[in-house]
Amino acid sequence: MSQVSMTVNGKSASGEVEGRTLLVEFLRENLSLTGTHVGCDTSQCGACVVHVDGKAVKACTMFAAEAEGADVRTIEGMANDDGSLGTIQQAFQDHHGLQCGFCTPGMVMSAAALLSENPNPSEAEIRDYLEGNICRCTGYHNIIKAIMAAAGQDVSGIAAE
Amino acid sequence: MYAFDIERPTRLADAVKLLSDSVESQPLGGGQTLIPTLKQRLAMPDRLVSLGAIDEIKGICTGDDGALCIGGTTTHADVAAGAGAYPALAGLAGNIGDPAVRNRGTIGGSLANNDPSACYPAGVLGSGATVVTNTREIAADDFFDGLFATVLEEGEIITEVKFPVPEKAAYMKFEQPASRFALVGVFVAKYGDGVRVAVTGASEEGVFRWSEAEAALSADFSAGAIDGLSVSGDGMISDLHGSGDYRAHLVGVMTKRAVAAA
Amino acid sequence: MPADGGIGAATARREDVRFLTGVGNYTDDINLRGQAYVHFLRSDVAHGTLNSVDTSAADGMPGVLRIFTGADFAEVGGLPCGWQVTDRHGEVMQEPAHPVLAQGKVRHVGDPIAAIVAETREQARDAAEAIEVDIDDLPAVIDMKAALEDGAPKVHDDLTSNLCYDWGFVEENKGAVDEAFANAAHVTTLELVNQRLVANPMEPRVAVGDYNRGTDDSTLYTTSQNPHVIRLLMGAFVLGIPEHKLRVVAPDVGGGFGSKIFHYAEEAFCTFAAKALNRPVKWTSSRSEAFMTDAHGRDHVTKIELALDADNNFTALRTDTHANMGAYLSTFAPSVPTWLHGTLMAGNYKTPLIYVNVKAVFTNTVPVDAYRGAGRPEATFQLERVIDKAARELGVDPIALRRQNFVTEFPYATPVAVEYDTGDYVATMDKLEEIADLSGFDARLAESQAKGKLRGLGINCYIEACGIAPSNLVGQLGARAGLYESATVRVNATGGITVMTGSHSHGQGHETAFPQVVADMIGIDASMIEIEHGDTANTPMGMGTYGSRSLAVGGSAMVRATEKIINKAKKIAAHLMEAADADIELKDGQFSVAGTDKSVAWGDVTLAAYVPHNYPLEEIEPGLEETAFYDPANFTYPAGAYACEVEVDPDTGKVTIERFSAADDFGNIVNPMIVDGQVHGGIGQGIGQALLESCVYDESGQLLSGSYMDYAMPRADDVPFYVVDHSCQTPCTHNPLGVKGCGEAGAIGSPPAVVNAVVDALQRAGHGVTHIDMPLSPSRVWQAMQG
Repeated sequence: MSQVSMTVNGKSASGEVEGRTLLVEFLRENLSLTGTHVGCDTSQCGACVVHVDGKAVKACTMFAAEAEGADVRTIEGMANDDGSLGTIQQAFQDHHGLQCGFCTPGMVMSAAALLSENPNPSEAEIRDYLEGNICRCTGYHNIIKAIMAAAGQDVSGIAAE
Repeated sequence: MYAFDIERPTRLADAVKLLSDSVESQPLGGGQTLIPTLKQRLAMPDRLVSLGAIDEIKGICTGDDGALCIGGTTTHADVAAGAGAYPALAGLAGNIGDPAVRNRGTIGGSLANNDPSACYPAGVLGSGATVVTNTREIAADDFFDGLFATVLEEGEIITEVKFPVPEKAAYMKFEQPASRFALVGVFVAKYGDGVRVAVTGASEEGVFRWSEAEAALSADFSAGAIDGLSVSGDGMISDLHGSGDYRAHLVGVMTKRAVAAA
Repeated sequence: MPADGGIGAATARREDVRFLTGVGNYTDDINLRGQAYVHFLRSDVAHGTLNSVDTSAADGMPGVLRIFTGADFAEVGGLPCGWQVTDRHGEVMQEPAHPVLAQGKVRHVGDPIAAIVAETREQARDAAEAIEVDIDDLPAVIDMKAALEDGAPKVHDDLTSNLCYDWGFVEENKGAVDEAFANAAHVTTLELVNQRLVANPMEPRVAVGDYNRGTDDSTLYTTSQNPHVIRLLMGAFVLGIPEHKLRVVAPDVGGGFGSKIFHYAEEAFCTFAAKALNRPVKWTSSRSEAFMTDAHGRDHVTKIELALDADNNFTALRTDTHANMGAYLSTFAPSVPTWLHGTLMAGNYKTPLIYVNVKAVFTNTVPVDAYRGAGRPEATFQLERVIDKAARELGVDPIALRRQNFVTEFPYATPVAVEYDTGDYVATMDKLEEIADLSGFDARLAESQAKGKLRGLGINCYIEACGIAPSNLVGQLGARAGLYESATVRVNATGGITVMTGSHSHGQGHETAFPQVVADMIGIDASMIEIEHGDTANTPMGMGTYGSRSLAVGGSAMVRATEKIINKAKKIAAHLMEAADADIELKDGQFSVAGTDKSVAWGDVTLAAYVPHNYPLEEIEPGLEETAFYDPANFTYPAGAYACEVEVDPDTGKVTIERFSAADDFGNIVNPMIVDGQVHGGIGQGIGQALLESCVYDESGQLLSGSYMDYAMPRADDVPFYVVDHSCQTPCTHNPLGVKGCGEAGAIGSPPAVVNAVVDALQRAGHGVTHIDMPLSPSRVWQAMQG
């Protein structure tokens, strides 16, 4: 066991970890930040996406020890300071971009990374960027719509009510 | 996963030392393949030596000979963003896996693993690049040694890859529908002294050069130049995603498309 | 209508807030004090004799608390099957034992052999590697038809063969059907595979067993769509725990799609081991483990024949299906290829004679059970494919052929034992033609051709039977359960309401939609109403959520309970206003006396119920809480018409979905936003089946598609925006809300549209392709184009 320290959602966090402890395990088990989920073991589903030093990464495919000193942001850190939903979160609710909610934290974190890189993405760019985030409930329709809306685009013309 | 220790040296020399001492050690690049492998308990190192904190083997620059030099621990995302001098290579890097994978996965890790469906081996072989390690320089034509195998020695670390920049190049990947790895990927690069064509995803022997196409394209760099050429389906990977014949067919299609896009 | 949305409002979902901020409570988020972890040692061969399991080297390893094997479960019941099918000869199905841990044999890759409970997951896994298992490999049976051949290895040695049942429906019609085929002007025949799928909810299954030595109570936290059903099956049939000593909690559940209906060995194990060890025991499935332990779906091999007369009227339909059961009977497996499949073979058409034969077969594979649609997608796919093929053979327009044969008068009694109450298939087809812009297809075709792509248009209809079911009917059909639903409406003194429902939400949005109904009935804000579900300790006995039944059955129970509340509240209001009960009206949360200006508010009445100082105590009890159980009179019959346009890359065979349109009739709609979302998700899964997904075993029974590296899940760039419409509404006539159910429609209706479109594209390009089996992967489409 060794000590690891990092900043998580703006607060310093540290704990004892093994070499094999994954970042997602450190978040869920040491810090009880259970919003970050594990949906596969081959680094494909993206339910575990968090930001490490501003970049989206799969927390199930990174060791906690490798996040030593890093600035980590999780779904629990995405709301506004007053506790209200952030822009992307609000757009997901407004446009029904989630159903069971399990993939949602990863989707929101990937969407946030996309919009920081590309504030006004096209539909195709959003679909491409979400290659590593699998949703089984929504058929992606309302996720794409929500992210377009979060980018400030007019989504009223998109098919369906 | 089996238990192991992790070391995060900040100097290459320390990493080399750790990998050569008596503890059963394995280098850890971005971990995007190694960590899933460890989860399956298919590897049992006593120690992982993370290369991620070694700044001296990270980054992109242009060498004296004009080659694009990419540090071994440079992530796919950084290559996609920073290899503007070699757009085909930047494009290849920018389409590996997904954004989160590209933020962790490294060129050195990908090459050392030599997955038969990975993209980078095609880019390296198709560019006639040079793989630089802590001990030597290895020409791309000598580096790959079959599925998941390279000529790297135990403990040898890829510190840099030097890509001569071609006149024209393109990479075309036809994705396996599930993994999104290359079912067939073809990298075509036109240099002053000829054309190189490297194929990944297709062969049971791993990445290979399609010499007939190279000859035809060296004479006439157009998609039409490879009309009538084909590779045999024998020796091609055959699995639930496609037969050897299908892969062989795609080699031709993707080569033409790469030439057209170059 | 309530200010914050009653029936018909696209109310934003209240549950989203916790999911979007990472504070949902999924089963894997639950960690109990003193919790231990179990790892299952699973068979890596498909079929073998289990000679011995030697745990001696593992027992003393660090952290190991106890290792269980099949012998520990010798005195415990096996996993029960909840449906008994009687075959065409009057014999009941062959029903093998299904032990919690393997006894004597292993029957599929993933069959659990031993369970190691340890202080940590990795310690349990370390110990598993030290267990010596002696298995004599036996030849595996994977292919269904081979499994039925004489001399085939038997999956279960105590059964007479690998045939579970040979079901004929309607058996008395068989002669008439054969005669109609003999007299047909045209017969179209199609052989097809409805491939094996894996449901893949994004949350893998988890079970946490807990035991209270002080009270002798057991609790199971589990990822279930129906906690009461798990309590009943596990308590009564497996562990022998009476229901009052057993609590099952299914908290936030990350999708189910059928795969979380069933009672699984891991649930029983964790509950059993928690008591044996007097410690909580947790199991979290990895995705790789899920692929070889979650019940799979579909896996039918079918020959279908359609007979038509000289005027292209359908005169008879005949099918011959082999349905894979896998190695054991999962909870509701026998019902899927029979009563959920054969009864839907009429589709939207007035075919007068139908005969369905289904042979259910045991193989050395993971058990197969209901997956989104369950039997109805299989019925729809074969029917809509054979109709499309018939239209092409006859040179008639596929839409016209369908329209000509539509059922147009309701109620309609089909020749396969069900009665459609309402529908308007002409209206949904008209709507489809409009929203899919079929008149613009030729222009889009020309655009595709200019790009060097092939383009095709596929159309199909579907009907489904939802809201299972009348309990007395399904009892006759072999169900070993009732299929009602329950609700308790608890009104608090200050007027707020808690509704406890036996339905379970794992993505469907009950917490938002159910309050819309109650709010609408009373005329108070929906925000005053809270839904509780998923905990057997505080909800009445319910049957859970599957088969698009939540609103139609669970919602109806809630309506009935709310009606009781309103009736009682009116009596209280009448007393308060010194008026007759019959004169009391309730509108917008105000009780008034008809023809007067006297009124009392909802809150005054609810307060009086709990502070009964001025109260008719001699007539009614204090308090305001009512429970209702609702047992439907019939299934509901949602129906619709779907259209898909594809492009095919002639060089690679890759298919892209360019347009997808769905016109559905779900009857009345409570929350149109949620309904849209359900249809989107179903279409996404249907496109997944049509183009991408396939669960594949090799001949030895090894699972080749055991992870997302080889099982192709639909991703965001595999699908387009969908055009969905549910403005055609023929309300259900027999439930109080007039609703029909929308959860499975998309998954039922979309696969044939996609395949019809690809066949259309290839035929337009001159290829003589009449069928390609799903998934229409690039390699399969390319192969088909090679002739």
